[in-house]
Amino acid sequence: MQARARLGRWLVSGPPVLYLLVFFAAPALIMVLASFRTPGDFGGLAPLVEDGRLDLNLDSYARFFTESVYAQIFVKSVWYALLTTLFCLLLAYPLAALIARSAKKHRDLLLLLVILPFWSNFLIRIYAWMIILGPNAALAKTVNGALGWLGHEPVPLLFSSFAVLVCLVYVHLPFMVLPLYANLEKHDRALLDAAQDLGAGAWQRFWRITFPLSLPGVYAGAALVFIPALGIFAIPDILGGPEDSLIGNVIKQQFLETRDWPFGSVLSIVLTVAALVLAGTAAWIGRGSLGTPSSAEVARA
Amino acid sequence: MALLEIQNVTRRFGEFTAVDGVSIDIQAGEFFTLLGPSGCGKTTLLRMIAGFDLPDGGRIVLNGMDLAERPPEERPVRTVFQSYALFPHMTVEGNIAFPLQMAKTPGTAIPGKVQEALEDVRLTGFGKRYPHELSGGQKQRVAIGRALVTHPTVLLLDEPLAALDAKLREEMQIELINLQKEVGITFVYVTHDQTEALALSHRIAVMNKGRVEQIDEPSRLYSFPASRFVADFIGTCNLLEGAIASSSDGIVAVEVAGLGTVRVAAALPAAPPAGTIALRPEKIRVQAAAAASAAADRPDNHFLGTVTEYLYLGDVTVYIVTTPAGRKLETLLANSGAGRTKFFEVGDAVEVSWPVDAGHFIGQPDRSVSST
Repeated sequence: MQARARLGRWLVSGPPVLYLLVFFAAPALIMVLASFRTPGDFGGLAPLVEDGRLDLNLDSYARFFTESVYAQIFVKSVWYALLTTLFCLLLAYPLAALIARSAKKHRDLLLLLVILPFWSNFLIRIYAWMIILGPNAALAKTVNGALGWLGHEPVPLLFSSFAVLVCLVYVHLPFMVLPLYANLEKHDRALLDAAQDLGAGAWQRFWRITFPLSLPGVYAGAALVFIPALGIFAIPDILGGPEDSLIGNVIKQQFLETRDWPFGSVLSIVLTVAALVLAGTAAWIGRGSLGTPSSAEVARA
Repeated sequence: MALLEIQNVTRRFGEFTAVDGVSIDIQAGEFFTLLGPSGCGKTTLLRMIAGFDLPDGGRIVLNGMDLAERPPEERPVRTVFQSYALFPHMTVEGNIAFPLQMAKTPGTAIPGKVQEALEDVRLTGFGKRYPHELSGGQKQRVAIGRALVTHPTVLLLDEPLAALDAKLREEMQIELINLQKEVGITFVYVTHDQTEALALSHRIAVMNKGRVEQIDEPSRLYSFPASRFVADFIGTCNLLEGAIASSSDGIVAVEVAGLGTVRVAAALPAAPPAGTIALRPEKIRVQAAAAASAAADRPDNHFLGTVTEYLYLGDVTVYIVTTPAGRKLETLLANSGAGRTKFFEVGDAVEVSWPVDAGHFIGQPDRSVSST
């Protein structure tokens, strides 16, 4: 009986585990190994065993920590990802709250509108922004018309950090709205009534009740936005100027153009570690400072 | 002047009138209960006092001040919600401190007041716990402590004991009575449980279909119900109705189908054509038929019947006595006989009897409203 139960467990969990081993764990280990190897003369990797000895070194790591340009790009990428997360949060919170408080029959439609952009190709949506922000579009003409009227030089909207940020926020917004909505929708209306009864005005009700209770949703949304935004390369490639290269672009460049695989691997590993450390720190700070019980405990209570 | 005056308050939801011209005066320091079946408008009335809902007509006046323009957070009124509505992300102390913080109490004064409130609701030592670490009764106490900590003028309680089991509910009832005595704050209590209302209240307003049927002290409500609804809703009652045969010298005789002429003490200025006698089961004397016929001191109302059902409840037994004409009367006897479990078996011939002042006469029309 027990043996059968164990077999059943393996049959259920086996395929996903196998998939992750083959397509995630193994490539990740190959990449870690590659980061210690020497680049080949014509790109790729030099042979692992040369003249009978193992060729592993820390040269690529040394390069990352000595050439400050990479650290600068890293800091810039973290900055862009943080700004994206912040703007997404500011835009998504009222939207999610609105959907959570609208009549039940309208909610599905509103949620559908939030995820509707996913039905169209990611790259096509980025190219669409080229048209929206282009120099001949109504937006640029209006902005520059107003600037000219104020006696200011015209500014290009496209191929700028502005364009990159706008598109980063646009692409990641649904990933913030959905977890926030899922959280806010579960809030007990009686708590707000109680807070109001106990003397809390509208702002106090939000700040003392709704917001702290929504923190699990805020954390989930922030992680879902921050981590992908940190590694993105397509948006700066298409909409950014030469100054807007982010770490994702550099990694892509190392693998596909420079073909320095060990250095590309180093950058990828540093990116992964940085994302994990930042997300972990944020969660730890958030938990400690607000003294909130975990979401599971809140749900039980 | 009453502390809280509900003046001709009406609330409609579309076609449905939830509260229909209700007027109640509640005195300072009173434990006042709104009692009625679900949908009678008692909770709607409570929400209007708290400010979560506004009357379509009439006024709610507290301490001589019309509350119409004041949102809930600006009313000196606190509510204990049925679901407790404790803030799950705050400790017990945090919950109780919340209204103090909202009232801009100086930070140094808050811990002392919180401890005081914890003592009041017998939760000293539980301050650091989160709501999910408390039992139902403890959560209820936190909710009450949180509502009382700012010393509101009126405390509203919306079926606060409904979620507790029977034994705990009884304990909490006694605690509520003591607490109310201690703090001296006016309690307005909503419940559909008539025994709870009778046990707790100084006065009760019985509500039905958005209207007040009767406002009175518990014992008077039980003994002298003003309407058939009140008689039926509060406790168990035999309702004997029929045409009035005569009315003189403070005695009304009612022709009750299946029973006969029943006399009841009632001074009527002008006799209505028909009426109802409310007769509580415990006021009826039940005796074996053979023994009864000989008794010289038997009361004015006496009828023969047969025990057709009984409900043995331990301390008392409910006997259903059916007359030869098929009228059922519910009677109640304490199982007080020494050396025996109960008095009668199904099929026993018995005589039921009661004096003229055992029943209470309710005149027509049914819908009479009285207040004291």
